[in-house]
Amino acid sequence: MSLPVYATPLQRAWYYGFRVICGLIFFFLIAPILVIIPLSFNAQDFFTFTKEMLNFDPAGYSLKHYEDFFTNSDWQIAVRNSFKIAPAATFLSVAFGTLAAIGLSQPHVPFRRAIMAILISPMIVPLIISAAGMYFFYSRIGLQGQYIGVVLAHAALGIPFVIITVTATLVGFDKSLVRASANLGAGPMTTFFKIQMPLILPGVVSGGLFAFITSFDEVVVVLFVGSASQKTLPWQMFTGLREQISPTILAVATILVVISIALLTTVELLRRRSERLRGVTPS
Amino acid sequence: MSERAQPLLAADGTPLKRSIERSLRRQKIEAFLLVAPLLAFVLVTFVAPIADMLFRSVENQIVAQTLPATTDALKEWNPDVSALPDEAVFAALAVDMKAAVKSKTHTRLGSRLNYEKTGVASLFRKSGRRIKKWDLAGDAPFKDKFLDLDKKWGDPQLWQLLKLYSPVYTSGYFLNAVDLKKTPDGVEPRAESEQIYILLFQRTLFMSLAITLMCLLLGYPIAFLLSHLPMRTSNLLMILVLLPFWTSLLVRTSAWKVLLQQEGVINDVLVTIGLLGDSDRLQLINNQTGTIVAMTHILLPFMILPLYSVMRTIPPSYVRAAKSLGANDVTAFAKVYFPQSVPGIGAGSILVFILAIGYYITPELVGGTTGTFISNRIAYHISSSLNWGLAAALGSILLIAVLVLYYAYDRIVGIDNVKLG
Repeated sequence: MSLPVYATPLQRAWYYGFRVICGLIFFFLIAPILVIIPLSFNAQDFFTFTKEMLNFDPAGYSLKHYEDFFTNSDWQIAVRNSFKIAPAATFLSVAFGTLAAIGLSQPHVPFRRAIMAILISPMIVPLIISAAGMYFFYSRIGLQGQYIGVVLAHAALGIPFVIITVTATLVGFDKSLVRASANLGAGPMTTFFKIQMPLILPGVVSGGLFAFITSFDEVVVVLFVGSASQKTLPWQMFTGLREQISPTILAVATILVVISIALLTTVELLRRRSERLRGVTPS
Repeated sequence: MSERAQPLLAADGTPLKRSIERSLRRQKIEAFLLVAPLLAFVLVTFVAPIADMLFRSVENQIVAQTLPATTDALKEWNPDVSALPDEAVFAALAVDMKAAVKSKTHTRLGSRLNYEKTGVASLFRKSGRRIKKWDLAGDAPFKDKFLDLDKKWGDPQLWQLLKLYSPVYTSGYFLNAVDLKKTPDGVEPRAESEQIYILLFQRTLFMSLAITLMCLLLGYPIAFLLSHLPMRTSNLLMILVLLPFWTSLLVRTSAWKVLLQQEGVINDVLVTIGLLGDSDRLQLINNQTGTIVAMTHILLPFMILPLYSVMRTIPPSYVRAAKSLGANDVTAFAKVYFPQSVPGIGAGSILVFILAIGYYITPELVGGTTGTFISNRIAYHISSSLNWGLAAALGSILLIAVLVLYYAYDRIVGIDNVKLG
């Protein structure tokens, strides 16, 4: 979409005008995330730039909000809870989800469409409805307020992501490799772990990352299904934002942004690797 | 006699047709066995809870369970013949209440009926304390005793209410969710001051539409630009779309809370450059503006990604052909390019709308009282007012709306074609 030499002034104006508009929209997308990073180093308990900060006076900056995050027991317990719940939920979604995705990508699956609809539904049903239903049902069977209840709920929410990413990887999977392996004398287990798994691993890992993020970032379901002793990081942030907004939240937010940049890079690298393995030129 | 054609045989001597059928069946069973564990898991952890919610939206066992003899006796009572039920009903009520007080369930019933008629909860609490001391054998007749205890027991409306809510299932919660109520004379609208849910549904729809429209307005140019730039540049710019997509929802919501506050960054900037006086800072948060701005930002990537994937497939030669045939830029875009991007618009809009309509966290934090959605009301009924039946009914209505949209999405895009990142 480059500007041809014969463009009229109007076309020229639109060409640059359009770029300016797009630039403003990109600014709208990214600025709110970037603006909290410098604010988290504020030496005052304000949520806006102080005079010292604007003059780049070192006195205007400090790490005290980070210090609060790392020493305050509320935040530390929340972090620990998040890291107890998310990996367990991820493990469940990945284990069940990969198996099912392999089943679903077979040529003959009875009721494929209906099964797919059920498995994807946790992603579509609004979280508040999932949370309400789980709260009602889990309190009937004694899982409400239990660690295991939160893990099961989060695993259910993560499953659609695993199914989608793994089935997408399996589309490019060459079935004759499995037959070749069986032909050479490998049992089904050996074939799965030595042939199929390494090839679909990028899809499995990125599905797992999605599931992890879903659980790690989830607050509605844990608010209802969990109890105070399962308070996760998003929950702590939510109550912090609702009741007394303390600048420590900005420090936490900055740390989370850094983590998401790392995750984004990982997923992108995995996607390229997977495409290279399948012989598709990376796009 | 003509000789019959011999059926084809497989290596083991069985007819080929049957052999193929058998292997096909085995494949089907194998595939199903791989899916079965997950299916069972999702059914228990997710589908059963949803079913439970749907069930709770019509379930009404509490009256019949707490007052079994009374509901039985009330079947005989015809409000058109006598204004108040006869002694048999009051005697049954005395028995039931005594049992209910013992198991402490009468207050729960009281608060359940209080949703339909205010004052019942206190009546049940007060009566419970007194009935505890009654002697069931010696204190008959009970009708006068009840009327003595509280003259509300002589209110025909109360008895009609009890009779109305005796059945095990009720449409009462659903009627309540659409600002109607059940009366002995049929379904009637609620009092003006109690009508909130229709308004709330309308507001949820209106704001979700506004958010979808904003996302489309902002997302279309970005997707257009990304799909027309060289791959290297567009991949770089894509990061600006994907980073917000991957950033925690709460991080983005807190960012908006910081930006939009009265003492926040946006107001500060406007005051500094002199557009606003220090005294008339804009109210940008805790109202509809706050919700729409923050949610547009949060849902924008969900619009850009499907739009982009559709626009990538539109061959640039079509627009060039239109121009070489004499169309100017505007015509070429409107007649050739835009119609081909409509599937992307459909996919993105439905996706954003589905996500917006059930949002809870962001409206709760930046919506104040005027910028909240139906989901915030559902949460309120679950955790604060404890009217679970009403929460379930509101949830069921929302769920049905979303499922209809989901079906449309599946038809237009196909759920298998959902792409992530």
